[in-house]
Amino acid sequence: MDEPSSAEQRSLVASPVRVVSARASLRTRLANLVERRELLLSLITSDIRIKYKGSALGLFWSMLSPALTLATYYLVFSVFLKNGIPFFVVYLFSGLIVWNMFQSAVSSATGVIVDRAGLVKKVSFPREILALSNVGASVIYFVIQIAVLAIFLAIIGHAPAWSFLWLLPISFVALYLLTASIAVVMSAITVYLRDVRHLMDVVLQLWFWVSPVVYSYENSIAPALRIRGLTALYFINPMTPIILTFQRIFYVHTTVRSTTTGLPLHILPTWSMATFASVNLVLLAVAIALFLVALVIFGRLEGNFESEL
Amino acid sequence: MTNVIEVEDISKRFTIHHERNQTLKERILHPRSGSSEIFDALSDINFTVAQGETLGIVGHNGSGKSTLLKCICGVLKPTTGQIRLRGNLAALLELGAGFQHELSGRDNVYLYGSMLGFTRKMVDAIFDDVVAFSELEHFIDTPVKFYSSGMYVRLAFAVAVNVNPDILVVDEVLAVGDERFQAKCIDRIRHFQREGRTILLVTHQADTVRAICDRAIVLDHGNMIADGPVTDALRIFRERLLGDVVDHRPGGSGVVTIDGLTAASGSFEVRHGSSLRFDATLTCDHAVSGNLVIEIFTRTGLLVSRNDAEAAPVTLRPGVNKIGVELADVPLLDGVYDLNVGLVEPQGATMLAWREKAASLQVLYDGRSSGVVAIESSVTQW
Repeated sequence: MDEPSSAEQRSLVASPVRVVSARASLRTRLANLVERRELLLSLITSDIRIKYKGSALGLFWSMLSPALTLATYYLVFSVFLKNGIPFFVVYLFSGLIVWNMFQSAVSSATGVIVDRAGLVKKVSFPREILALSNVGASVIYFVIQIAVLAIFLAIIGHAPAWSFLWLLPISFVALYLLTASIAVVMSAITVYLRDVRHLMDVVLQLWFWVSPVVYSYENSIAPALRIRGLTALYFINPMTPIILTFQRIFYVHTTVRSTTTGLPLHILPTWSMATFASVNLVLLAVAIALFLVALVIFGRLEGNFESEL
Repeated sequence: MTNVIEVEDISKRFTIHHERNQTLKERILHPRSGSSEIFDALSDINFTVAQGETLGIVGHNGSGKSTLLKCICGVLKPTTGQIRLRGNLAALLELGAGFQHELSGRDNVYLYGSMLGFTRKMVDAIFDDVVAFSELEHFIDTPVKFYSSGMYVRLAFAVAVNVNPDILVVDEVLAVGDERFQAKCIDRIRHFQREGRTILLVTHQADTVRAICDRAIVLDHGNMIADGPVTDALRIFRERLLGDVVDHRPGGSGVVTIDGLTAASGSFEVRHGSSLRFDATLTCDHAVSGNLVIEIFTRTGLLVSRNDAEAAPVTLRPGVNKIGVELADVPLLDGVYDLNVGLVEPQGATMLAWREKAASLQVLYDGRSSGVVAIESSVTQW
């Protein structure tokens, strides 16, 4: 008991100095996030574990439930309603995957700091990690849903647009950063305005219906805007280009022949690959900037958390 | 020695909302209603802690000691000033604050470890020690929601002390757990001290500070009023505590002072086993009744004895009072002891007057036993 082991007596002269002060620079904030990545992983895994705790099928549910959703859509839109769009379920699901990731992350992150006030007031860690862990859990479900979609595509023999596939990671990173930015900012705002949580539910509903997930881009107000030269207006919604990219990759066809009337149906914009690439790269740049801005905003707001929680 | 903690001009200001306008509707309808008050929890605190030091932070409730500790841990951001830290830090602010009730003890050890800033690999390496220390071998795979509060605290403490932090921050958590576990915690803290780690301890129990710390700082209403050796800091702490009581007494009158002690024999020298008589002189401006407290400390700060104040009631008349005290058959061994004398209200513990080190007691002992007290022991060979 008495003899100190060699590692213990180490001098701390050379140890890096950490500074606690009112404001941390963006660089420090990013460095702290990187340093605490283990915590982020632990929080994500514990989130997922708790979600499936006690259920016999466990994580398998996260695969089963999108598969069942997919089956339901197939029945409703292709068997009963017959909206005439071939493989409509693929179209719907490829957009829905993107939306689900965004929606589940933002809605769970909005109240996360309020809900875990006990932790925030007692343990030191970069607070944005709480919101990011919700985004991280959504990423896991996203990956599972992609896998379900891939299996489904293989079963029905529908090949994705292989030449566009390389856009997927770019689009995904943009989606991640965008989702994270909104999740981080909303989690902080909710501390001050608890109504935001309920407001967010409504906003997300509305947001869903202005994004071309259930209906197609060419059936939205986008063509009308294009005639007036206002296409850019439709892309104020940053979810649109991501959803379109995923649909282009998995659904492939821009124009199809209706299975009921035999007439051609315009579904997706007839952009070249270069257009898709540049749209995605611009979006990625915007998302990176938004993420940094979100961290700065969070830093400003977190200073007063303790008097509001 | 390297400074591992440097606290520079730390101030912390809270805005207290008396009426919380939390909802959007209320904010829009009454943008400026609801009074708020500014409260300075800490003002311009400066101190440094060298590697290997054990620093006690004492203060009455609301003195800002927990706020200071939270700033050091990074849970709170100071309003102005900065704190520089070297090495990793484990904080025991509220044991088990990060536990997830649905998860097993095992999962929570990893989760809590990562909250304290340790990697999975580091937790892997100490996992068995953590379980052994917490004595929860049979329950480690049970969800912590089924744990008793004692088990909960044991697990959290076990993680925090086994991750081997360079700086350990402890906030009044030693009061939890049963006596045996408390002793184990104190033991671990002493082990840390021997290993040259830095410990910050917040408490309002003077005895704990005396037992563990090398140095103490005293906070009072957000100001640091003392920084120095434990005995000096504690003297200031007690005097300030008393000052507050006098200030806050309704009516403002009834000030009692303990003027001094006079030994019947002329000196506070006493032979082991014999009795000591002395008079305490107390002055008050109107009649007061209370109980007399007599404490005897060793020079190293160990409390040897505190009398049963309930059994020492006194009634003071306005003016100067003399109270006779007899310490019967002093069992102490050779050495110098400090006598503290105080007067507390008959009910409860409100202190009316206090005098730290009112006298030094010199004990003479001819025998060869050593320690603080003599316990007659005999050996028989059967």
